[in-house]
Amino acid sequence: MSGVVEEIRNVCALGALQTVTAIERAVPIIHAGPGCGQKLWGALSNSNGFQGSGYSGGHSAICTNSTEQEVVFGGTDKLRETVENTLKVIDADLYVILTGCTADIVGDDVGDVARGFQNDGKPVVVVETGGFKGNNYFGHELLWDAIIDQYLEKRPARVQQGLVNVWTVLPYQDPFWAGTLITLTKLLKGIGLTPNVIYGTGSGGSSINAIPDAQFNLLLSPWLGLCTVQKLEERYGTPFLHYPVLPFGATETGRFLRTTGEFAGVDAGTVEDYISQEEKQYYYFIERAADLLFETRFLPGHFVTIADSFYALGLTRFLVRDLGLIPEIQFVTDDVPTDQRARIEAEFNDLGEGIATRVVFGADGATVRDELAKVTFRERPLILGSTWDRVIARELKGYPLSVSMPVSDRLVLNQSYIGYDGALSLTEDIYSVILSSFQ
Amino acid sequence: MGINLDLSEVPIRENRLGAITGYSGSIKDLAGSSSGAGGCALKNRERTLSQTSSCSSGCCQGMLTGIRGAAVVNHAPLGCSGDTIAQNMANHFGEYFRGWEHTNIRLINTNMDESDTVFGGTEKLRNGIREAYRRFNPQAIFITTSCASGIIGDDVKGVVSELADEIPVPIIPAHCEGFRTNIWATGFDAAFHAVLTGLVQPPRQRRTELVNIINFRGRAKQTITDLFAQVGLVPQFIVPFASVDELRYISEAAATLTICGTLGSYLGTALEEQYGVKYIKTLPPHGSLGMDGWLTGLGEATGKQKEIAELIAREKEKSRTGLEEVRSKLEGKTAVIGMGPSFGHAYIGVLQELGIKVLHGTSWHYDQQYDHGALPAATQRLADGEEDITFSVGDQQNYEMINHLQRLKPDLYFSRHPGTSVWASKLGITAIPVVEEYTAFGYQGLVNFGWRIVDALTNRHFVTKLAQKVKLPYADWWYRQDPYTFLDREAA
Repeated sequence: MSGVVEEIRNVCALGALQTVTAIERAVPIIHAGPGCGQKLWGALSNSNGFQGSGYSGGHSAICTNSTEQEVVFGGTDKLRETVENTLKVIDADLYVILTGCTADIVGDDVGDVARGFQNDGKPVVVVETGGFKGNNYFGHELLWDAIIDQYLEKRPARVQQGLVNVWTVLPYQDPFWAGTLITLTKLLKGIGLTPNVIYGTGSGGSSINAIPDAQFNLLLSPWLGLCTVQKLEERYGTPFLHYPVLPFGATETGRFLRTTGEFAGVDAGTVEDYISQEEKQYYYFIERAADLLFETRFLPGHFVTIADSFYALGLTRFLVRDLGLIPEIQFVTDDVPTDQRARIEAEFNDLGEGIATRVVFGADGATVRDELAKVTFRERPLILGSTWDRVIARELKGYPLSVSMPVSDRLVLNQSYIGYDGALSLTEDIYSVILSSFQ
Repeated sequence: MGINLDLSEVPIRENRLGAITGYSGSIKDLAGSSSGAGGCALKNRERTLSQTSSCSSGCCQGMLTGIRGAAVVNHAPLGCSGDTIAQNMANHFGEYFRGWEHTNIRLINTNMDESDTVFGGTEKLRNGIREAYRRFNPQAIFITTSCASGIIGDDVKGVVSELADEIPVPIIPAHCEGFRTNIWATGFDAAFHAVLTGLVQPPRQRRTELVNIINFRGRAKQTITDLFAQVGLVPQFIVPFASVDELRYISEAAATLTICGTLGSYLGTALEEQYGVKYIKTLPPHGSLGMDGWLTGLGEATGKQKEIAELIAREKEKSRTGLEEVRSKLEGKTAVIGMGPSFGHAYIGVLQELGIKVLHGTSWHYDQQYDHGALPAATQRLADGEEDITFSVGDQQNYEMINHLQRLKPDLYFSRHPGTSVWASKLGITAIPVVEEYTAFGYQGLVNFGWRIVDALTNRHFVTKLAQKVKLPYADWWYRQDPYTFLDREAA
């Protein structure tokens, strides 16, 4: 039985509607009660870095706004009529029907509705994401399962050497997703690859259509998306590289680029040239930061991360291996599948110099509060979490920086913390929190 | 007696107030056909295409999570607590301007999963209530329900009575399953029904100086406190940021005012019917005329007609020249408005006071009568006015609004609720969201609001450039259709 949750840090499976919104010219059609779209957009976008409505999201997302009528008598007629009219009014390349609790509990045959449109050649996909089925990470995987089955062409792959499908952070849940994809594009291009990025600006339908032709799928993720790349391997024979740590800073980014380059068969010299060029600039700035880091009384004590596995793990690696900080306890909030936990915990402790950290899996705010209450912090801790955690940070006299959903105290546009530039930006943000805390 | 506190659930607005979400016509027709005006009662028109609206649980949780000393158990899958993030932001904002310490709202989601939908979720609910008591040591625990818990038929009442002996604070269900109603404001009623049935006590005394003010965040708390002090009255801001103890004795106040008729109808009327607290049914205090109505109503309810008439005269005089000046800058500008019904109808009046011509109005729903049986005062004012304007009702149907705006090309678009004004701005129209409930509050508020509009019209660079670069999602075909193409002619 799943436990109760205080201070939510992710939402339900229907939250996958934001993944649809992240794909250019793809639009969600919600078949659910009247409040789901508003609440999920609010949680994942409007109160999380203020990421906007997008092309046809927010309160413009089509929704059947199901009420008693649809619950008692079934909602398939209403859905069919809604999709028909959506195709007339909304100009898009992909229409994704996502169901909520009402439709899934009642048992609407939504597959039949979607097939009707698919048989007419309409780009319509359906996915059953009733909120009770799991969280939005789970819903995201269901969505991709549906897109692969119902939308991707069933044809042999026409492999393009160097083309890489990029599977990584969860759009909108991670308020930095858009900047992160831009950064990743730059990094992969830097070592001579051609990234196929599905979300964000300038991609959309053509990127989805190109998925079968990639040389390989790059899964840059602790666990999310593993089943997607496995499915693509079965379907199209595309191999995948699973790199489990989101690379923040020079150490991890270098390792990531080398691993990817080797997997892709890129000339090692090209990779090394690119890394040294990036590192030269990176360390120019790190050297500048060293004066502050070593000549000030304002240093953080041990650090705590309260974030999903992408950020908790990636940030821990960076803060230990690059900034030289000491980890205290890390909270992993994305309901990591049980069979993946031991592996991910081991990744957390690959920190060098015999450094180890405690890792707690769970998304309940009380767990965070109770566990932190047991810790003795000798200096003011650095707390990289969500806006919820600013309250406990104040109690602990810590330095809070909101990096994981919900981030309602920051506007996030194209910022990213990954790679070389991102890690510099993160360093700026951390020390700006510290320096501005008393002046 | 309209309100029945013996019911376990509040009847939805569709049934109680003849509330509708689908209409297209004119404001005079709307008002004249309403049940509250003795009309034959409007029938709702359903849509065959709709964009996501909002549900009652958001409004319900918004009120209940604001109560100091209470905890909320949201018996639902995780997503139903999605609104709590914005609510926590509002909570921090309210704490900030009150100078209070920052806290997080105290809400537990029971995290219903697939097995709960098969075997029932009451064990989860029991656990949630126990955890809420253990973690927060609250003085009251509210339960908010969901589509999932409602459809599978979890016996919330049964769980509450089982735990009554174990947990020594009131455990109060608020029924707000999203699918039950098209009117999100039913969620306010659900929250207030819970407060009325679970907390409010008969008065121990009558406090003739005390005035309940039903509102959202209380931003104008100090202004109103100072204003009322001049006539010997003390405001008490409810329901958010009021404590469990304060709410127990709102029955002792002399009168109840509301910033929003949509919000206050159920609670204000119930307090009047049950406990004799006079509910002031005049105009809400937006703009000068609104404030006249609000304060005059207060004077009558508290027997302070003379003092309040003098107060009105004094306050009005202070802003008279300011109003003339700003009005001269706005005279003749055109606007379209889209808001909830109380704010929307009242703000049409506000814009008219500023000399702005309203080309079209939309309200997110429409109550044909309030709980006291009459047409809303703001609607009545528009019905009595000389001018008739086209009017529609839609639960934030952006596609209809964008079609309208494209045709009317007003200078200004005024809205309330997130997720609407941004679309007008993408069309290049200067959009002014009235997020703050005390925006055009009274005499000086009207002047300040006028200057905000002047500022917005003075620099249009942002919207102009945005509109040049952004494509809206609508097919060209749609712009050639009537905005109400998908509003069924057949009454449901």
